[in-house]
Amino acid sequence: MKKVKSLVLAGLLAFAPATAMNSQAFAQDNAAVAAAPADGAAAPAESAVNAAAPAADAAPAVTVAAPPRMKPTPGVGMPSPGEISLQEQFSPTGHTARWLHDVLLLPLITIISVLVLALMLYVMVRFRRSANPIPSKTSHNTLIEVIWTVVPVVILLVIAVPSIGLLADQYKPAPKDAVTVKVTGYQWYWGYEYPDNGIGEYVSNMLTKEQAEANGEPYLLAPDNRMILPAGRPIKLIITGADVIHAFAIPSLWVKMDAVPGRLNEKTFTIEKPGVYYGQCSELCGARHAFMPIAIEALPPAQFDQWVLSQGGKLRGADAAVTAAAAAPAAAPAEKL
Amino acid sequence: MTTITADHHGDHAHDHHDADHKPAFFQRWFMSTNHKDIGTLYLIFAIIAGIIGGAISGLMRAELAQPGIQYLQIWAQYSDGPSATLDQAYHLWNVLITAHGLIMVFFMVMPAMIGGFGNWFVPIMIGAPDMAFPRMNNISFWLLIPAFALLLGSTFVPGGTGNGAGTGWTVYAPLSTSGSAGPAVDMAILSLHIAGASSILGAINFITTILNMRAPGMTLHKMPLFVWSVLVTAFLLLLALPVLAAAITMLLTDRNFGTTFYDAAGGGDPELYQHLFWFFGHPEVYIMILPGFGIVSQIISTFSRKPVFGYLGMAYAMVAIGVVGFVVWAHHMFTTGMSVNVKMYFTAATMVIAVPTGIKIFSWIATIWGGSISFKTPMVWALGFIFLFTVGGVTGVVLANGGVDDVLHDTYYVVAHFHYVLSLGAVFGLFAGFYYWFPKMSGRMYNEFLGQLHFWVFFIGVNLLFFPMHFLGLSGMPRRYPDYPEAFAYWNKIASHGYEIMAAGMLIFFVNLIWSLAAGRKAEGNPWGEGATTLEWTLSSPPPFHQFETLPVVD
Repeated sequence: MKKVKSLVLAGLLAFAPATAMNSQAFAQDNAAVAAAPADGAAAPAESAVNAAAPAADAAPAVTVAAPPRMKPTPGVGMPSPGEISLQEQFSPTGHTARWLHDVLLLPLITIISVLVLALMLYVMVRFRRSANPIPSKTSHNTLIEVIWTVVPVVILLVIAVPSIGLLADQYKPAPKDAVTVKVTGYQWYWGYEYPDNGIGEYVSNMLTKEQAEANGEPYLLAPDNRMILPAGRPIKLIITGADVIHAFAIPSLWVKMDAVPGRLNEKTFTIEKPGVYYGQCSELCGARHAFMPIAIEALPPAQFDQWVLSQGGKLRGADAAVTAAAAAPAAAPAEKL
Repeated sequence: MTTITADHHGDHAHDHHDADHKPAFFQRWFMSTNHKDIGTLYLIFAIIAGIIGGAISGLMRAELAQPGIQYLQIWAQYSDGPSATLDQAYHLWNVLITAHGLIMVFFMVMPAMIGGFGNWFVPIMIGAPDMAFPRMNNISFWLLIPAFALLLGSTFVPGGTGNGAGTGWTVYAPLSTSGSAGPAVDMAILSLHIAGASSILGAINFITTILNMRAPGMTLHKMPLFVWSVLVTAFLLLLALPVLAAAITMLLTDRNFGTTFYDAAGGGDPELYQHLFWFFGHPEVYIMILPGFGIVSQIISTFSRKPVFGYLGMAYAMVAIGVVGFVVWAHHMFTTGMSVNVKMYFTAATMVIAVPTGIKIFSWIATIWGGSISFKTPMVWALGFIFLFTVGGVTGVVLANGGVDDVLHDTYYVVAHFHYVLSLGAVFGLFAGFYYWFPKMSGRMYNEFLGQLHFWVFFIGVNLLFFPMHFLGLSGMPRRYPDYPEAFAYWNKIASHGYEIMAAGMLIFFVNLIWSLAAGRKAEGNPWGEGATTLEWTLSSPPPFHQFETLPVVD
């Protein structure tokens, strides 16, 4: 009976994204998902590098197909060639932080550097020996000394206020219904576990150059199994290290947190748009430090739920209701993103 | 600031005076108790270490010039034998970054700044005949030799995946404990112990000398700013290095005797190591730059023919930087998972440092203002220092923001920042000081044209080398990576070309050095004219073996 119910749900789920999403990432072959065999082979054809790989363990009871592997968009969620700025941001704190950097800090430090340069060029020309053979003997001016002490203090206060605000934002505790993933750094790969969804840990290794190129993904950024997350729902990562310290980092989501053995670090954020977001280990962890990349695949919530089911996981109460509503016949659109 | 009534010995007329009676070669250079000879030894040592550390950065820039692994596997055959694996090649990368960092910090900048220029000029500038503890001075230097030998030797013994210590200069646990089997890391730790002991002895010596051996009339508030900078630096060394010693001793016992100071499984904490390390490590960066501040202050004043503007503000700005430098250490640890309140505190405290630093920058410019500037080689290096240190300083303000650091931490932005303040700050200070005091130390003038050429080639090279690293960091390239995604190729290529230009600049420096030592014009006691008011310029060039047998009087 359960099996039949799952099948129905899977069928409905397969249509949900087609109706709700027009993102290019999802335009691809939903039919393939719907057509996936219901006999337990949950992973689609490209299973060698598919997020559904760990499903193999739990296969017999599972009849939901994983969503197809999302194709990354060049320049989104990854560095661009010759780039001279921060990566485009896809989380609310990322926008605030990037605003702080691009609108406040960068212009300020540029102005200060140019001011110092201009002053230096002026004095170098104006007071060169041929132009000013007799030096003045001035060595004090209390007023100007007070000014160049107080003005920087004021500038720093102007920076400090939004900066402290940003910190407070970043540390807002996650709501109770946040999607929770336990991230474990190993020498030299990542493990992802979804305790609230009953999905056991699966690991994420770097793709070889040939695999990455065949897959149309950036080499050294692309792992085989991605961390699958829903876009638009609050996310809580619990990050730890198994052997030495690693750091879980996704520049385009403004996320960086050390994975320290014996500690559980928490990071809360929300992903605004579906997409693939790449990152790399950011704490020296031994020989293959540069070769344990990270990728988050953010799916529309309904597809995420479909993925959870495809892994033999269970939906949490609230999510299940939402998904059921979204999956109901075309009249009911999925959550807006 | 300081006016000197010349009342001293040691002019040319006294060349064959007792003061110039030198011991024989072995006794003079291997059993030295003379601060100037020990200073010379330190400078020679620092130059050799600088060549090695700089060559290592050349290897790294060659490998990073394009994506993919080009040379590491070939080099790994030299360190790990002909059958070196790819992992051993990657490990070699970590050995290179570790060696570069440790050599440049402990065996190049510190020996040159404090051991070299500090030894040479602090006693002379305060009108003292020598350091307070001349034989301790000697052991301070000679401890560096086994320390350096241990560090270099560690690259030939197993250190985990391959030969050598591949932990980064920070030696974070548990990578440095359970993560690095073999004696390499033990040797590197012992090297730090010995280098630290050397620096502590040196610091004790400087503090005692400066507080007790000033000439009559040389009050604290009349001391040249270089002496102030070394005094503050010595206090930082004295307070910070024992903490490092404790931290790495616990690393040793964790590694070898089964303790668990940094192992959560035994009740310890890896974060404890980071707190201890950075409690030392942050003052350490001021240890490297403060003497540079002092050198630049002397040079700016000399070549502007003006006393330093706001002398007291300048001196106490350095004291303030030293004090505040002890309470900001955890900004190196913003992503370790500390609580929000701690992060807010360290954000605010770190930004405070910008205030005394700003006072120094503006005071230097005000010193030049109204002056009569001659653009001799030391002056152009000092001017370069001021601008480049400003650029490195403002990116420090960006990184100070804990919330922004979440994306920049451990990226090339940080590499750019600390190379701007150290490689372009401290090193420019070193070159400025070297050209400034070269006539005094050697008795010969350097070649002015080659000095200017060295500056411009080096200036262009290092900016091309390090400025693109800001871009790489902003777009997310992590530090300590031997290979990187295609997207980072462009700026890495530019940076590697920058290294080539910088290396050409260094060749000019060495040509100048050798040529000037061999055939440079003989320097008079004060080659810089009326702007040079500190006591070393009242002596001959080079000064007599023992100066100030009758103490000078300062009023």
